[in-house]
This record gives sequence, structure tokens and C-alpha cells, in this order.
Amino acid sequence: MLKYLDEYRDPELARRLLGEIAAVARRPLVIMEICGGHTHAIIRSGIDRLLPEQIELVHGPGCPVCVTPVELVDKAVALAGRPEVIFTSFGDMLRVPGSRESLAMVRSRGGDVRSLYSPLVAVELAVRHPDRQVVFFAVGFETTAPGNALAVRQAARLGLKNFSLLVSHVLVPPAITALLASPANRVQAFIAPGHVCTVTGLEEYEAIAAGYRVPIVPAGFEPVDILAAILLLVRQAEAGRAEVENEYSRSVRREGNPAARRTVAEVFQVSDRTWRGLGQIPASGLTLRPEFAAFDAEQKFDLSPIQAEESPLCISGAILRGEKKPPQCPAFGRQCTPTHPLGATMVSNEGACSAYFNAQRHRF
Amino acid sequence: MCLAVPGKVVEIFEENGLKMGHVDYAGAVSRACLEYVPEIKLGDYTVVHAGFALSILDEEEAAKSFDAWRELQAEADRQGVDLFGRPLDPDTAKPKRGQV
Repeated sequence: MLKYLDEYRDPELARRLLGEIAAVARRPLVIMEICGGHTHAIIRSGIDRLLPEQIELVHGPGCPVCVTPVELVDKAVALAGRPEVIFTSFGDMLRVPGSRESLAMVRSRGGDVRSLYSPLVAVELAVRHPDRQVVFFAVGFETTAPGNALAVRQAARLGLKNFSLLVSHVLVPPAITALLASPANRVQAFIAPGHVCTVTGLEEYEAIAAGYRVPIVPAGFEPVDILAAILLLVRQAEAGRAEVENEYSRSVRREGNPAARRTVAEVFQVSDRTWRGLGQIPASGLTLRPEFAAFDAEQKFDLSPIQAEESPLCISGAILRGEKKPPQCPAFGRQCTPTHPLGATMVSNEGACSAYFNAQRHRF
Repeated sequence: MCLAVPGKVVEIFEENGLKMGHVDYAGAVSRACLEYVPEIKLGDYTVVHAGFALSILDEEEAAKSFDAWRELQAEADRQGVDLFGRPLDPDTAKPKRGQV
């Protein structure tokens, strides 16, 4: 018995929740799960196929690897090719295709590219290799920002001159707002990312729920969590309510994690960001504050402008906007597989294409 | 990157001025930074992201959700049908209380 895990995978309880959803749902409802972790759990457990047909689940842009623009992957590839650089990253980013190469390809050519589980390990590498430049690819949503912020603070405290971040941090609430403001939007309710909310708390989501009249439920990542979240959303929609209801209260507190929020605000500032597939969204990301500019790889290294190119076959943009599902792509499972990905959504273990491919869901 | 499973804190120590710990995931133990959960104790369950513990799981809150879900289950059990109105599958249905 695994505490906090097995009980959330109880098939009997899942069946009850499904039954209750079917009993309550009267009108059609389009629900988006923002987080790629939820997408994988939904596809793996087949929840989308067990719901009554008036409930549609749409997959959102919550895959940090997938929304990192090609230009930044190209910059990472350029940095990783330098002889003085030890380029470090979460493992997910290594196989993401840039315009011409991925980080994994640079490594196979002899580049010093290392996959790490924590940015603190990159700081340790910089201490151990004073003659090399250690660059960490700071990718991710609000869940990885606290760790990356602490790594920068630690490097500053140790007086390191050979540590920097290539920053590509993005924020969830501005992406939700951009989707809701789009004329093409069909989404009527959101399953919010449970671990992002664990860090940030719920205030921004409460403002969105009230402002756009959409129900929002932060959820955990096991099947029972997701079904309970869907039930809460359906009940709200049927009752004409639009609130934030916290399904994941064992981890998410309304104020989030104050210590993490403080350190993020001390090291980073909010900035505009370009999202792969979504384009530029105002105030939707983080960059280092001016006082930490010495740790910004883009300012530290002369990176000549790169002409980024996307695969003409890949439709990951439409998938990240929730407009298409992976099996609707002609390249899905043919020219594009997890071993030979054309786009990031097939690479990452949070990407929608890899979720469908791994579950052998090749038909729409 | 936003995925994480709960693990149990089995050791707490300081390293390079930071609060660190070992977290046990059903037998697999890994290191995590505990700076963001200053009040964490041995035996607490935590969610770790990219090497950083970000929350202490709240047993009381978890129990509250289960109580609500169990009510659903009890209601359906009383009716002897699932919530679609179909008879309960005899292989998966649990025996009702008081039944011999």
C-alpha cells in the first residue's frame, strides 16, 4: 500500500465518480486540462473515453518542454557546442528538435551536455569545474521556478562567476487568460495544474474564474483526483456557478508556498514571453532581475541571432491551443514518433502526442 | 516537469547552508532540497519537483475528500445499483453492510 497513491487509484471509487458525473451532467461541457501531467494520466487511464459524451476534454498547453520556442532550443544548442561550456538541463529537453539539431545530437558529437534532476547539481558542477562555464537550461512553469531561483541565489552567495541560466520560464494564468480571450475559444471550464497551484496559491485563479465566469478546479494527478475534479466542474456548470474549488487540498493551500513565492520574486521578474504554438503573450513569463544579470546566459554569451525553423509537417501549435488532437496529424505515428520526434509534443512525457502514442491511441 | 509522486522524508541534514533531505518513494530514495518546507519533520510526506520539496501533504485534508467520496459510494450501495442505474457487477461490488 503506497500512501497517498493507491487509494487514489481505486477502480471502485473511480467507477462511482464516473457514475455520479453521468448522473449530474445534463448539458455539453468542454473542459481543458492545462497540465500535461493531467493529459498523460487521462489518456493512460482512458478517462476521456469513459465520460458521458456531452463532456469533452481538451488538452492544454501545460507542457514546458513543448512551449519552449525553437529559438531558445537553438540558443541552447549553440551554447552546448562551445568547448568551454558544460550545458545542463532537465532530461526532457535533450531530444527536443531545434531548427537543425537537438541537445542530444550535440552530445553525440562530443558536446558536454548533461541531464540533471536538480539545478543545485549544476551549481555543484560549477564549484567543481572553475575552469568551465556551467549553463543550466531553466525551463518550466511555476513548479521549477523556485528551484532555479534558489540555485541562482546559492551561486551568488558562493560568488560563482561560471554559472548561468538560459531562462525560458512561463506562467500558467496568463496562458489561460489568452485562451479565454481568443475568439476561437471553446473551453468552458478548467482543471488547473495541482503542483503549479501548490506553489502559487489560488488568488490569480479566483480572479480568472470571476472575470471570465469559468469554473476552475486544481486537481491531483491520480485517476480519482481527476474524476473528482471533473465532477466538481460539472456540478458548478450545472448550477451556473463559476468558482475555484480545490480538489487537491492535501497539497494546495490558498496562499500557495510563501517561502517559494518569496524567493522567485526576489530573483525573477515578470516579462513577456513567446510560447511555441501560442505566440507572444504579455507578462506570461519570468526573466532574471537586473541585479542577477551576471547569471543570465543570454547576456553573458554573445549569441548571434538565429533563424528558427519549424518542421512544416508538425501541427503541435494547433495541439497546444486545444484545436486538434494528436491522431488528427498526418505525421502522427508515421514520420513522427518518440524516437524520431518532429515536434516537442512527441518528446516530452508531458506532451499530448507522446501520451497518445504511448497509450497506442492512433485513431481519432 | 510538473509531475511528482508523494515521498516520505527519512533523513534531514544541512549541506552548503541549505536544508536538505532524503525522500523515500516506496523504496527508491533520492535527495531533495527542503528549504521551501522549513517546518517539515521526519515521516512527513512531501511532493518534490526538480529536486525541491514544495509541499507537505496534509493528512486531514486528504481524509476530508475521502469522506465526501465515500458518501457517494454509500448512497449507490444503498440502492444496489451503480449511478447509471445498472445493477452492481457481482465481481466488483463490495458486499453491503449487514448482508450475510
